[in-house]
Amino acid sequence: MTDALALTWRQYRLERKMFWRNPSAAFFNFVLPLLFLALFGTIFSGSQKDLDIIVPGIAGMSIMTTTFVALAMNMVFLREQGVLKRLRGTPLPSGAYLGGLGLHAVTNTFIQLSIVIGAGALFFGVDLPDRWPELAVFVAAGVFCFAALGVALSHAIPNFDSAPAYVNAIFLPVIVISGVFYDADNAPAFLRDIAQALPLTHLIDGLSGAMVTGATFADNLSDLAIVLIWAAVGAVLAVRGFSWEARRG
Amino acid sequence: MDTHAPAILVRDLRKSYGDVHAVRGLDFEVQRGEVFGLLGPNGAGKTTTVEILEGYRERSGGIVSVLGYDPGGRPRALRERVGIVLQSSGTYRHLSVRELVAHWAGLYPAPRDIDEVIELAGLRESEHVRARKLSGGQARRLDFALALVGDPELVFLDEPTTGFDPAARRAAWETVRALADLGKTVLLTTHYLDEAQALCDRVAILKSGRILAVGAPAQLGVGASSRYRVSWRDESGELETRETADPTALLHQLTSAALARGVGLEDLSVGRPSLEDVYLELTTEAAPERSDEPDEEPAR
Repeated sequence: MTDALALTWRQYRLERKMFWRNPSAAFFNFVLPLLFLALFGTIFSGSQKDLDIIVPGIAGMSIMTTTFVALAMNMVFLREQGVLKRLRGTPLPSGAYLGGLGLHAVTNTFIQLSIVIGAGALFFGVDLPDRWPELAVFVAAGVFCFAALGVALSHAIPNFDSAPAYVNAIFLPVIVISGVFYDADNAPAFLRDIAQALPLTHLIDGLSGAMVTGATFADNLSDLAIVLIWAAVGAVLAVRGFSWEARRG
Repeated sequence: MDTHAPAILVRDLRKSYGDVHAVRGLDFEVQRGEVFGLLGPNGAGKTTTVEILEGYRERSGGIVSVLGYDPGGRPRALRERVGIVLQSSGTYRHLSVRELVAHWAGLYPAPRDIDEVIELAGLRESEHVRARKLSGGQARRLDFALALVGDPELVFLDEPTTGFDPAARRAAWETVRALADLGKTVLLTTHYLDEAQALCDRVAILKSGRILAVGAPAQLGVGASSRYRVSWRDESGELETRETADPTALLHQLTSAALARGVGLEDLSVGRPSLEDVYLELTTEAAPERSDEPDEEPAR
């Protein structure tokens, strides 16, 4: 057990090192949500009500980029390059490997959320979150949910060339429909119905509760439940479909 | 542990993909300390066989034992004692050779010294180069280094020199010989005859999922084919070549005729049947079959 934990930690350290080795990738990873925050923050600068929506929205989107987008792309790349197959032949336990990747995603999420929340408070007058336990629980559920869904999606992507197309075809509509940029309650009914089925909508509701409206767990319990249901589905698909090897030919 | 038991034991190994039979009943053993080669054309079932032994694929039938373990369940104790050089596999592109070797060392309970491994793989000059900048030959050396750093008892090499220039091949051969000198067991696949001849203590010739012949390369040459190749330059300067089962008589005839005429025999040579002759004889005797090893295999 201690051995598996030590190997998880090693893998985590390696992922961190490699992440910073590729500074441009790291930079854009963090800068995209900030860019959106700056743009929409400027557009909505007259209305505190809109700003109170955009900051939790961007926070939710950040969780999706640092887990779902990053993992789907990374897993497809590592699989196609044969890195996963090579690792499979070593004594490294699968759990330690995936644990290391997961911790890495959590760290990126933590950095990203700190930047978004800090920038929201500093530039757009959004109060710092007042319900930290709720925030932590929703972030944890969101990370787990979108990490699992990202790994699950990677199984459906045939090769790395097509990975951006697959990922964006899901990511872009989801962030728009789920109300990252506006209050999803104001959308047309059919979009609202779709949004109600998506995990990001509920993650943003939960984050909004913890950061802005001060809603308690009791108020957002159904949101948490829906995020966890998606997390469970994602986890099953991620484990079931897991492939260490590229499909050849 | 019983050190006299073979490192690898394979009995009636079978592997099918649907109704395509890639491996159709193999039997062989690899002794400890032996360099054993699986030789055969593309699609003969070499990679399928090796990947079953490595634990990457499940067999359809038969018995397989690797260092006393069934590789099917991928026991960790086995993975700690085996080194694998896959046919092609990438690695983390942004890390240097040394960082990669050091990280891999940490995955094994009793790794070899990192400097020693870098030296053995011939990577001393490129140890601080990042993996994405390595040449094809250097990347292959890195494959060797990562497979050896755990100090494995048994090393699998799947077509270790395919696509190499002659110098890089020689270097890879030196590494394999160094492994043999260290007492490691090596199972390699190749479709290069000279490679099998240069490296292997014993060779199994595979075709269409079956073993056609097993033995030491030199013995295979003598046993299966008895034709010697004698060539010389005749009076008009043409190079003549003749195959014979009885080189003594032919040579006597040639040399006495030359002596009688008072001339020399230019470029006289006698060739023993090489592994290549046996290989070609065995693998081309039937009409060419379609490849039974599918390109697309479900991976585990």
